[in-house]
Amino acid sequence: MQTIFLIIVLAPLLGAIIAGLFNVSRCMAHTVTIAGVGLSFFLSLYTFYHIIIQGQGPYDITLYTWLISDGIRFQVGFLVDHLTALMMLVVTFVAWMVHIYTIGYMHEDPGYQRFFSYISLFTFSMLMLVMANNFMQLFFGWEAVGLVSYLLIGFWHTRESAVFANLKAFLVNRVGDFGFLLGIAAILMYFNTLDYQPVFELAEQKQSIRLELLPGYSASIITVICLLLFMGAMGKSAQFPLHVWLPDSMEGPTPISALIHAATMVTAGIFMVARMSPLYELSPTALGVVLIIGAITALFMGFLGLVQHDIKRVVAYSTLSQLGYMTVALGASAYTAGIFHLMTHAFFKALLFLAAGSVIIAMHHEQDMRKMGGLRKYMPITYWTALIGSLALIGFPGFSGFFSKDAIIEAVHHAYQAERWGACFAYYAVVGGVFITALYSFRMFFLVFHGQERMDKHTREHLHETPWVVTLPLILLAIPSVVIGVIALGPLLYGSFFAEAIFVNPAHQPFLAEDYHGVWGFLIHGLTQPPLWLALAGVATAYLLYMVKTDWPALIAQRFPLIHRILSNKYGFDDFYQATFAGGSRDLGHHFWKTGDVKLIDGMLVNGTAYTIGFFSSIFRQLQTGFLYHYAFTMIIGLVVLLGLFVL
Amino acid sequence: MTFTFTHSELTLLLPEITLLTMACLILVIDAFLSDEQRDLTFQLTQGTLIGTALLVWFNVPSEPIFAMSGFFIHDAMAAMLKFFTLLVVFWAFLYSRQYLKDRQFFKGEYFVLGLFATLGMMIMISAHNLLTIYLGLELLSLSLYTMVAMHRSSQTASEAAMKYFVLGALASGLLLYGISIIYGVTGSLDLSQLAVAIKNSPVEHHTLLTFGLVFLVIGLAFKLGAVPFHVWVPDVYQGAPTTVTLFISSAPKLAAFAILMRILVEGMSSLQTDWQNMLILLSILSMGTGNLLAIAQTNLKRMLAYSTIAHVGYLLLGVLTVTETGYAASMFYVVVYALMSLGGFGMIILLSRAGFEAENITDFKGLNQRNSWYAFIMMILMLSMAGVPPMLGFWAKLSVLSQVIQTGHVWLAVIAVIFAIIGAFYYLRIIWMMYFEKAEETQPIQAEPLMQIAISANGLVILGLGIAPHILMSLCLTTFGLSSY
Repeated sequence: MQTIFLIIVLAPLLGAIIAGLFNVSRCMAHTVTIAGVGLSFFLSLYTFYHIIIQGQGPYDITLYTWLISDGIRFQVGFLVDHLTALMMLVVTFVAWMVHIYTIGYMHEDPGYQRFFSYISLFTFSMLMLVMANNFMQLFFGWEAVGLVSYLLIGFWHTRESAVFANLKAFLVNRVGDFGFLLGIAAILMYFNTLDYQPVFELAEQKQSIRLELLPGYSASIITVICLLLFMGAMGKSAQFPLHVWLPDSMEGPTPISALIHAATMVTAGIFMVARMSPLYELSPTALGVVLIIGAITALFMGFLGLVQHDIKRVVAYSTLSQLGYMTVALGASAYTAGIFHLMTHAFFKALLFLAAGSVIIAMHHEQDMRKMGGLRKYMPITYWTALIGSLALIGFPGFSGFFSKDAIIEAVHHAYQAERWGACFAYYAVVGGVFITALYSFRMFFLVFHGQERMDKHTREHLHETPWVVTLPLILLAIPSVVIGVIALGPLLYGSFFAEAIFVNPAHQPFLAEDYHGVWGFLIHGLTQPPLWLALAGVATAYLLYMVKTDWPALIAQRFPLIHRILSNKYGFDDFYQATFAGGSRDLGHHFWKTGDVKLIDGMLVNGTAYTIGFFSSIFRQLQTGFLYHYAFTMIIGLVVLLGLFVL
Repeated sequence: MTFTFTHSELTLLLPEITLLTMACLILVIDAFLSDEQRDLTFQLTQGTLIGTALLVWFNVPSEPIFAMSGFFIHDAMAAMLKFFTLLVVFWAFLYSRQYLKDRQFFKGEYFVLGLFATLGMMIMISAHNLLTIYLGLELLSLSLYTMVAMHRSSQTASEAAMKYFVLGALASGLLLYGISIIYGVTGSLDLSQLAVAIKNSPVEHHTLLTFGLVFLVIGLAFKLGAVPFHVWVPDVYQGAPTTVTLFISSAPKLAAFAILMRILVEGMSSLQTDWQNMLILLSILSMGTGNLLAIAQTNLKRMLAYSTIAHVGYLLLGVLTVTETGYAASMFYVVVYALMSLGGFGMIILLSRAGFEAENITDFKGLNQRNSWYAFIMMILMLSMAGVPPMLGFWAKLSVLSQVIQTGHVWLAVIAVIFAIIGAFYYLRIIWMMYFEKAEETQPIQAEPLMQIAISANGLVILGLGIAPHILMSLCLTTFGLSSY
């Protein structure tokens, strides 16, 4: 198995190296990377079969010791259990689909090979992240996906907005990673190891160690570690208040919005918290914080989706909101539900993004929904797959999103009844969020595919369905978007699927096997619950506002100018960060540059030293006169000095 | 004093005897050759050098063996240094052939004098008596004076030879004076007996011994070119024909290192605190003056001359630690230095052609556009001299500096590093010239294949050994009876 794991990880890396470093043709670039990722996918499929169906493993293999310093080993190793196998499958499948889709989307781009190199490198990094068996490698993968994300957001690096967006993503993630790194450092300090297994085993003993954060206030070291690690997750998974980078990341090409900023990288935070469940379960405080942050993100980011006109931004805000749902699930100790939603979301959100991309291709890279409409008859495949994606997103019964979202709401309800901290707010937030989700999803759907054709004449004449490399991934992603919920519900939530990988305090366990009455039971139970009716109400409202009474949205905006302004300004977070943190540090940097760098370092140290040396050099060279008697005299002086120093 | 020697002692001297015989033979043969047949002299010379080197290589003793009533010593250090000396001379002659032909003094005398100089160096390396040391030194010096002056029509060469000769005579005088004082105090010239005599000498003799030591150190410092006895170096390096500069700057340093080891470490070990302090002073002055003045030079030969002075400063660092590993580090340094110096002057020869000496720094402008391969080789050489990893020069500096730190002279290491950083400037300036300046010269580089291969090999050896430094390092360590790291 060790060899198979290695091939899974290294095949995309090899592809990335060949496509990126060697001057290969376009055809060669996509062939090697798609072959590499495809190989990874099939081997992941085999791994999944081997571990989950055949019940082998879990594997905890250390492959290579990078260095041993002061008794602490830094290693490269794989931990492959049920959780990892599932993540590997999701990552490689979506990555593979996106690779194929890219052939069509990036068709005319001059940076074709570079793009393939990057996304293949991303696949490698993401696999390193999910397969890690120690914090060191986790951090490596964590930073590597961040790097590739940075490179890809700024892929069109001549666009100023793209450069701004990638810098923003990078800087905001630094804030999160700062906490993440501190968390890892705390683990190293208190556990003296970076491997998962011993850390999890020792966690309970270390719980009693308390760290005095402020005078008179102390917290368990586990709580501190969990909160610090979650800070990393907030950055990577774009949770409030570090969410600001994700909407801007849509400056990147659409395939990576689907792969990195919807399906895989942004869910790394969710995966990480689930992986650390043995730690989080020991800290109710940390879980409470996770729950609240998730709930805020889930509800309030959904609102923002209502006022956006850019098709990709709507999907981006919906991603933020859905990530909030997953985080809420983690906070409610329903890690399995979080991972379940992560998986279904990966499929249907990648589908929605790629569908949006397909629309963008057809519209000649026009992304404003106000200039679309009535695309249904021109692009039937895109239309139907987008419909499937939207239904899955709003949680229409039978679609995958229904099961995973209902499971989360169910879990929060359970936490609410158990009177856990923050659960009350979280419950109303996620239930309310269902209505909002349905509203913005179908607002987009109606605006794009139905109603008046608002594009200009030239564009309309050229409208047609996109090529097969684009539609094939849509269809292949639509299938799991529909069925994966039904298949995975039982084993994932109620079975012992994650028994070894995820630890849940029995008192927190929201899903009990005796409550489970099969898929049908779950379905029928869902029909009687408010979320379904809220979702349908959302669709109906969207229909009313954007199909029947199309002048109402403008009227509403006029009637409530304050709310509209707040939403348009995204609650002012961007402006606030821009003015304080970005502006402040720029001023500070300017100041340091002026006095510290220009005057002190350049002026005095660097140039000053150079001038001084040059000065002495020109003085001393006068000594070398060229006259023989001077030379002889120098030697005699040397002799006298030596005699004076050592003999007298 | 009676001289006896046996048959087995003669075999110890076999390399020297071979070299001497062949040098005389070549001198005679050359007299009968016409100018067109002169290549034969060259080939014979190179053959002699290789043959002698092989004789040395296959006779490395594990224990020191004395011959000629103690005048001659054959030990691992002697074998090692002799081998490298012969190799370096061989390489230097490879670079010389074309240059000499272009300038119409491709003469037999040049090679014969070179061989005699080599013989002088070998005698210095194996000398175990102050007289033998002086004998070897003079044989070397007299040959070198003549070689510098060989280009008779060149005014600068004649001037350089004159200065070299006068200052050399002064230095020889000082050295002889020192020897005579030491002999007067101890009554011995043999290094082993000297060591014992100094050890047992009464305290009141100490001042007199130190007095003599100062003169000896000055003689050594002159040969090495350490400040303030370096004054001849820039003028001679610049004035002499480049091939002669190449010769002077490389192999004789190995021999000078040998006599430094013989006199100070073997003969004067009891005065070690005295000469240690003298070497510290010389070393700091050399590193400082060499590196500072090299910056102000526009002539590359002169710049390399100052760079040599600076390198001597670093070379002394290892010896002044007075430890076996320190000696090994110095030996490593001197061998590496000889290789780098060969390459540096080799590049000047490569870029020169009949009627044009590429000896100004500006002549290297835009070399990358003219020939990127040689620009690359030159870059390796410059980076190595500056001590940038992974070049060989880095390991040389590292090994001496780590020894200095281990023996507790951290302040000295700090000074050495500061001067090394200052020194990096002028090496990097050459690289900058080659890669970032526009070429003024557009003539393609013409050189015979032999030259091209030799210079490429030189650069690659420095890179290759830099990647695997333990090969050379363990050789140096085993020389001093230390196991490699």
